Amino acid sequence: MNQKKTDLLHEQYLKTLSRERKIIRMYQLLIFISFFGLWEVSSQQRWIDPLLFSSPSKIWNLLIDKTLDGSLAVNLGVTLAETVLGFILGTLLGTVLAGLLWWSPMLSRILDPYLVVLNSMPKVALGPILIVALGTNLTSIVAMGAIISIIITTIVVYTAFKEVDPNYLKVLQTFGATRTQCFREAILPASFPTIISTLKVNVGLSWVGVIVGEFLVSARGLGYMIIYGFQVFNFTLVFLSLFVIAVFATLMYQLVELLERKLIKSNQ
Amino acid sequence: MDFLTLRGIHHTYFTKTSAVTALNNISLDVQEGEFVSFLGPSGCGKTTLLSIIAGLIEPSEGQIALEGRPVKEAADKTGYMLQQDYLFPWKTIEENIFLGLKISGTLNDTRKKEVLSLLGQMGLGNVDSLYPKQLSGGMRQRVALVRTLATEPKLLMLDEPFSALDYQTKLKLEDLVANTFKAFGKTAILVTHDIGEAVAMSDRIFLFSPRPGRLHKTFVIPEELRDLSPFNARNHPLYNELFQTIWKELESLEPEEN
Repeated sequence: MNQKKTDLLHEQYLKTLSRERKIIRMYQLLIFISFFGLWEVSSQQRWIDPLLFSSPSKIWNLLIDKTLDGSLAVNLGVTLAETVLGFILGTLLGTVLAGLLWWSPMLSRILDPYLVVLNSMPKVALGPILIVALGTNLTSIVAMGAIISIIITTIVVYTAFKEVDPNYLKVLQTFGATRTQCFREAILPASFPTIISTLKVNVGLSWVGVIVGEFLVSARGLGYMIIYGFQVFNFTLVFLSLFVIAVFATLMYQLVELLERKLIKSNQ
Repeated sequence: MDFLTLRGIHHTYFTKTSAVTALNNISLDVQEGEFVSFLGPSGCGKTTLLSIIAGLIEPSEGQIALEGRPVKEAADKTGYMLQQDYLFPWKTIEENIFLGLKISGTLNDTRKKEVLSLLGQMGLGNVDSLYPKQLSGGMRQRVALVRTLATEPKLLMLDEPFSALDYQTKLKLEDLVANTFKAFGKTAILVTHDIGEAVAMSDRIFLFSPRPGRLHKTFVIPEELRDLSPFNARNHPLYNELFQTIWKELESLEPEEN
């Protein structure tokens, strides 16, 4: 096959790819527009109760109002700070705990049943106790965001630690490495991809913990906006909070993914 | 005095359901500067014996001494190469070859320079900032060799280090390893199930029989073969003769098979 023909085929191949991409984008847009369009129309035509289901235009107007009076920014800021803190704390503590379990196989055998029980228990059920113990403030909400992801992080990361190829440890042991050196040089860096992927799970979990925490504390934040809207029967406010949560949870997830790509790339 | 002495080594592995004797009454000596091979079928405990010599596992019974000292205290005198290179993929080549020095806390600028120049001697200039993934299998095993030599061990243990390589690379590396060890006057123990490799590289071959692992026979390689590089040794008439002798001996160890 000559060069010209190969080039032509390649061009065709690229065209097919871009056409497929366009089709996918078109359908995604179509779903978006028809969902919100249908919602708006059915609300205006009273096919659904506008008091319960609100409408995109009402939510949009509320968004403008809340942005202008600054209350949205305050609540969003509080929730974001709590989520980020809870998420970092949960991942860090979980990893440290996993390190301890790896350090002492005896400890890991002793704690095994407790980890299983704690992992199976719905952590948000601890909410009332946390609030009593830590007070109706930011601390208890951050604690909720963290506690929800600690145990699962511990279990996943500890498993990753145990699955590191023992031959890397053998290499280190032939150099006379101590257990600390083995951990720093092999166990931790080899488990890095797993730790990063638990970050992705923990982003979602921390949002759950924080929103539930705000439901319970009911002072500030997006969770508070939802519970408040529910109590005064303002479902436009509930929907607005939901959308803001969806947008920012996605953004946070994307950020973690970006971080993952950067770290894994430097790893290779 | 002998460089390395093993006296009455027994080793038994325990599991919940059984106790398996891997090594039974092994006694042997290795002289300084000698290249010996542990040859035998799988299950003859040769890797276990190597791990005992490296001080990685404690034998159930028996004494072992390197220059008159227990091997546990002589970890800085020994180097170990595994079947695969096991370069750390998240470290650069440079970080990989400095690993042993970093662990023992003896990393300084002079040593760094020496190790990097050794890397150059292995035909691997300008790869120090690359990651292991970017190198071929043969290059990676050469880096692993540099990593092992970096701590200046007197005794090198090679656990089938060429078995994962293609044939051509393996022959080239055999020559490189043999020449390097000879030039630095290193003592080496090679574990292998490849008769040809053992004959071409060694000064002496210890043949092990399986279940439980015992020292079956010792072959001394004639002077003519020893002086040749492994590649040239393979073309010597004596090579084939020895190969056949050892082959027959190995066959006699496994009468139940075939």
